[in-house]
Amino acid sequence: MESTQANPGLLCSPEDSQRTLYPYVTGTSVVALKYKDGILMAADMGGSYGSTLRYKSVERMKPIGKHSLLGASGEISDFQELLKYLDELILYDNMWDDGNSLGPKEIHNYLTRVMYNRRNKFDPLWNSLVLGGVKKGQKYLGMVSMIGVNFEDNHVATGFGNHLARPILRDEWREDLSFEEGVKLLEKCMRVLLYRDRSAVNKLQIAKITEEGVTISQPYALRTFWGFSAFQNPTAGAEGSW
Amino acid sequence: MFRNQYDTDVTTWSPAGRLFQVEYAMEAVKQGSAAIGLRSKSHVVLACVNKANSELSSHQKKIFKVDDHIGVAIAGLTADGRVLSRYMRSECINYNYTYESPLPVGRLVVQLADKAQVCTQRSWKRPYGVGLLVGGLDESGAHLYYNCPSGNYFEYQAFAIGSRSQAAKTYLERRFESFTDSTREDLIKDALIATRETLQGEKLRSSICTVAVMGVGEPFHILDQDTVQKLIDAFEIVGQDEGPAAEPDAAVPAEQAAAGEGAGADTGSAPETDVAPMDI
Repeated sequence: MESTQANPGLLCSPEDSQRTLYPYVTGTSVVALKYKDGILMAADMGGSYGSTLRYKSVERMKPIGKHSLLGASGEISDFQELLKYLDELILYDNMWDDGNSLGPKEIHNYLTRVMYNRRNKFDPLWNSLVLGGVKKGQKYLGMVSMIGVNFEDNHVATGFGNHLARPILRDEWREDLSFEEGVKLLEKCMRVLLYRDRSAVNKLQIAKITEEGVTISQPYALRTFWGFSAFQNPTAGAEGSW
Repeated sequence: MFRNQYDTDVTTWSPAGRLFQVEYAMEAVKQGSAAIGLRSKSHVVLACVNKANSELSSHQKKIFKVDDHIGVAIAGLTADGRVLSRYMRSECINYNYTYESPLPVGRLVVQLADKAQVCTQRSWKRPYGVGLLVGGLDESGAHLYYNCPSGNYFEYQAFAIGSRSQAAKTYLERRFESFTDSTREDLIKDALIATRETLQGEKLRSSICTVAVMGVGEPFHILDQDTVQKLIDAFEIVGQDEGPAAEPDAAVPAEQAAAGEGAGADTGSAPETDVAPMDI
C-alpha cells in the first residue's frame, strides 16, 4: 500500500471513482424534539439536485425496528444505503428471537461507528442523521454527523435547522410537552425554515414515536403569508432595478 | 466407559451414533472440582471449591468476570476455561463498543456453544474440556446457563458441575422452587450450603471456596474472604455443627494470611475499612 504522502494522487485521482466526493441529491433540515410520550420529528419531502428542487416526494424519515425512527438530511442515496445496513442489522436482531431487541441507544451507537469508520476511509456517507426512539419508557434522541460526531439532546436539528430552528427550541422547549404543543413547536420551526432555507419545499411530514410504535403523518403543507407591503412594489425605492 | 475402535477421532461416529471423543471431553468436566450456580429473578450466584494441588501452591482461578453483568464458573481443564473466558470478554467488549449496551447473556452463550460445536466437527481440533456455568443479566432478568464441551447449552434455575456435584444437585433439587423469589442473601446462603455438600464432611471455610454475585443494579463481583467467612459462620452456628463459633474467629486470620497470595481475585491481606477491595 503506497503512502499518500509519497503519492497524493492516490487520494484524489479521477480513477478513484468509488469514493463519495460531493453530494448530488440532497435533503435539507430535519428537526426533532422529545415530548411527553416520546419523540416528534419533522422533515420536508424535498430532494434537491444542486439548486433545483428536483424531487418533491422523498421520505426522509423511516422507522427502524420496533423502537426507533431515523431521519436524514444530505445525500439521499447514502441514506438509502444506511437503510439497507440497518435492515440487515434488525433482521439479525430479530432472528435471535430471544426477547432482547436493539433499542434507539444501540442503533445510534451503531450508526456512529458506521459513519466514523467511513469518514476514516475518506469515503463518508454524506448525511446528518437524527435517531429518536422510546424503549421501556426511556426516551432517546440523538444525532450523528457525516464525520461521526454524535451526541444526545432534548431537541436536535440538522443543516439549516441548527441555525434557524434550534434557537427557537432552546427558548420554547420544555419537559413534558403535549403532542399538540410539540407539533405546534415543530411547525413553527419548519415554517421559519420554509421561509428562509432555499432548499426547503412546502410539503412535510411529522413523525411520532412512542412506546406503542411509529406513526408518520401524511404529507401536508404549512400556511404561509407573503402579503407584506414591502413585497407589493419591490422597485419602489430604486426604479429600473430588478 | 471403555476404549473402543471408534474413539480415536472426534470425527468418527460409533455405530450407535455416538461421538466418543466428545463424551470423553465431558468426563473431563466431571473430574474438575465443583462449581455451583443458582439464580433468582434478579440475582445470580456462582460458587466453586478451590482445591490447590498441594499446601505449597495457590489454587486455580475458576470464576471469571466476563463483564459487569456476566460471570462464569468453570470445571474441568482450567486452561481451556481461561481461553474461553477471554473469548467471552472479547465478545462483550466488542458488542459494547458498537452498541454502547451490554451483550445479552443469552446471545453470548449461543456464540460460545457454536464455538464449542466447531471443535466437535474438525479432524484437526479437539473438544474443549471444560464445562461453563454462565450467569448473567439481560432484558428479561437473571439467567444461568450451562455450556457443555459438546456444544450444547441449557438454561437452569440452579446447577452444579464437577466432582461430587451430585451431592450439591440433590440439595438444590430439594430447594430450587424457592429460588426465583429468593432474596440475595438467601441465594448466597443456599450456594454456600450446596458447596458444603460437595465437600463430603470436610469443613467449609472461606479459604477453600469462592463466591461471586451479580444482579440487577449490582455488577458482578467476587465476595471477599471475610464476607464469605461471616456468612458461613452465620448459618453454621444455626445449623447442626456444634461449637464452631469460637474456632472460625481464631482460624480466620491465620487462613487469611496463608491464603493471601492464593486468593486470586479475593482481597489478600487483612482489609482496612478505608481501603476498597481490589476485584480486578
